[in-house]
Amino acid sequence: MYVAVKGGEKAIENAHAWLAEERRGATDVAELSIAQIREQLSLAVNRVMAEGSLFDPDLAALAIKQARGDLIEAIFLIRAYRTTLPRFGYTNPVKTDRMACDRRISATFKDAPGGQVLGPTFDYTHRLLDFKLAAEGEVPPSPKGQPRTDPVPHIADFLKDEDIIQDEPASDDAPADLTRQPMEFPAGRPLRLQSLARGDEGFVLGMAYSTQRGYARNHAFVGELRIGKVAVEMDIPELGFAIEIGEVELTECETVNQFKGSKTEPPQFTRGYGLVFGQSERKSIAMALVDRALRWQELGEDNLGAPAQDEEFVLSHADNIQATGFLEHIKLPHYVDFQSELELVRKLRRDAEARTTPQEAAE
Amino acid sequence: MIVQNQFSGGFQNAPIEAAHAFRAAMTVMARPGEIRRIIGTHPPAPLSVVAGTLLLTLCDPDTSVFLAGEVDTNVVRQWLTFHTGAPLVTADQADFAIGTWQALMPLGQFRIGTPEYPDRSATLIVECDDLNQAGAMLTGPGIKGVARLSLPDIPMLQTNAALYPLGCDFFFTCGDKVAALPRSTQIKAEG
Amino acid sequence: MTDQTKTGNAARQEWMGLLARAPEEELIALLDEIGALPRFQWIRHPEVGGVMVRGRIGGTGAPFNLGEMTITRCSLALQDGTVGHGYVQGRSKRKAEKAALVDALMQTDAAGDVRARVIAPLGQQMQTAKTTRAAKAAATKVEFFTMVRGED
Repeated sequence: MYVAVKGGEKAIENAHAWLAEERRGATDVAELSIAQIREQLSLAVNRVMAEGSLFDPDLAALAIKQARGDLIEAIFLIRAYRTTLPRFGYTNPVKTDRMACDRRISATFKDAPGGQVLGPTFDYTHRLLDFKLAAEGEVPPSPKGQPRTDPVPHIADFLKDEDIIQDEPASDDAPADLTRQPMEFPAGRPLRLQSLARGDEGFVLGMAYSTQRGYARNHAFVGELRIGKVAVEMDIPELGFAIEIGEVELTECETVNQFKGSKTEPPQFTRGYGLVFGQSERKSIAMALVDRALRWQELGEDNLGAPAQDEEFVLSHADNIQATGFLEHIKLPHYVDFQSELELVRKLRRDAEARTTPQEAAE
Repeated sequence: MIVQNQFSGGFQNAPIEAAHAFRAAMTVMARPGEIRRIIGTHPPAPLSVVAGTLLLTLCDPDTSVFLAGEVDTNVVRQWLTFHTGAPLVTADQADFAIGTWQALMPLGQFRIGTPEYPDRSATLIVECDDLNQAGAMLTGPGIKGVARLSLPDIPMLQTNAALYPLGCDFFFTCGDKVAALPRSTQIKAEG
Repeated sequence: MTDQTKTGNAARQEWMGLLARAPEEELIALLDEIGALPRFQWIRHPEVGGVMVRGRIGGTGAPFNLGEMTITRCSLALQDGTVGHGYVQGRSKRKAEKAALVDALMQTDAAGDVRARVIAPLGQQMQTAKTTRAAKAAATKVEFFTMVRGED
């Protein structure tokens, strides 16, 4: 039986009006501006840009305001917006070795050329609530040192000079783009990295943690973690040369992992790679660990059956917009589906009862 | 003041004009045999107004274009690249191809899609000397009864239709007029 | 390509890159000081779009698609036919228009004046902001001290 129903327009309209009012909150409290969100909740903005897969801090701040701080809802808004943008083209790969680093640390080499630069990190805070922040007040400007302008080379370069780490040979192959073609498996490393870069931080973190706890352990060291701005360059056909079209803040993490060697490769270190929009340190480290775990086949390692080694599992479940869309749709009306289920169970029950009744009578 | 240069001749009001052109392109593809007029651009020779407008409406950096024969000039290349960013490729990689029927042949060089993705096929924009509702008899989806359309090569197009659900789709262009022939249309010679 | 066009391209590359990244308010304030800007005709009206930003695996390896960023572009022609292109980060059509105008002016006799009054001060402001950040980063560089050295 099919029952088409309509209605609820008035209820929906009123729900939207109430949503707007609740979003605003108590009117005796000042309204948040987009600039305030962009400047003072910048790590939330970063997360929305990374997982929304669109670098535009003002838009991300607007999305956070509209979503009342629900970051997955904000990411949804950004994803929806980005589909309306005409694609002007593809940039040249960013040169992260030319990053203007705010932060750059290595867990493997104390005396790494370029130094250990902490940047504005939470790492050495005591994680005690700071009640001073509950009162308003300006902070004094932070100290300045002697600015350095010389390039900060990648740590992996030094290991490569010694030929003791796996090489990452350059190519100009056009990578697959999951925003243009549906993902197919095996996906290959470029597509995996695109998927992980926009994947849910919590999911990628959980997957990475599982490798640390022993599900396909790969002994990762953070060879290097850097945060800063890089210029974005694109070829402009009408000019016939490339120009900088802007700059983006990125977090890059490269792990150095043990590798005992294979039939064709001598013992050496291998690498996992994470690159994320904004200051997104946890995400980039997690991404590097998961990237490394997914490389088992290419490196001739055993398939231990661990979730983080399963490309189809990881990539198909990393996207929080796909996940939440499918999850949340089950709360929407399923009256017709459920009616048929109800009919089916009633019929099964009747059949079962009909079978048992004559039996009982025979006994 | 009117300044003419190698980039001139694009849409004046792209969102509106491209939407009108897109509507017309969809309509003719949905109703094989129907002829519509599309204007909006002033492409460099030898592109027709309608072909230039179709290209600017349908192409972007994600759709590759093959310029066949006489339309493959530096001026056309520059103009198309500036306005669409579409990569210019060889016939076997093209999403769109533009040229006269003779220049576009052989038809076999174009992609016809795969069983999983029949849409990964080429759409040919065929520049014609004339275009009118006469000649071949068309039947099939989108046609009430029978439609007629002047076609360049009926046996070749019948072969393409036989590949359905694979095969190429066609726009036929002439001046400011456009008609279309999707792979789903059955074709009979004039009878 | 002659050496002269190569130099020309390099210079144009530099000012277009600067205009792409320049803060909108500063660019407009500097242009306002110049006074009346020349009349122009659109070749491509300002349009907001996205570009796919690419990275390389390990910083050096095969390219992959990282995510998109917003940009706005436009093209215009001055009365003498000089074509200016604007490609700027973000979604401001006004900024794209000004960038294209500056790009066009930089190819005319006005180049010297525009360089001195717009490009140079913009470059300086942006360099100062960059240096300030680098100085703050430098202040967080760790200096190690050896506490105990083991005996051989």
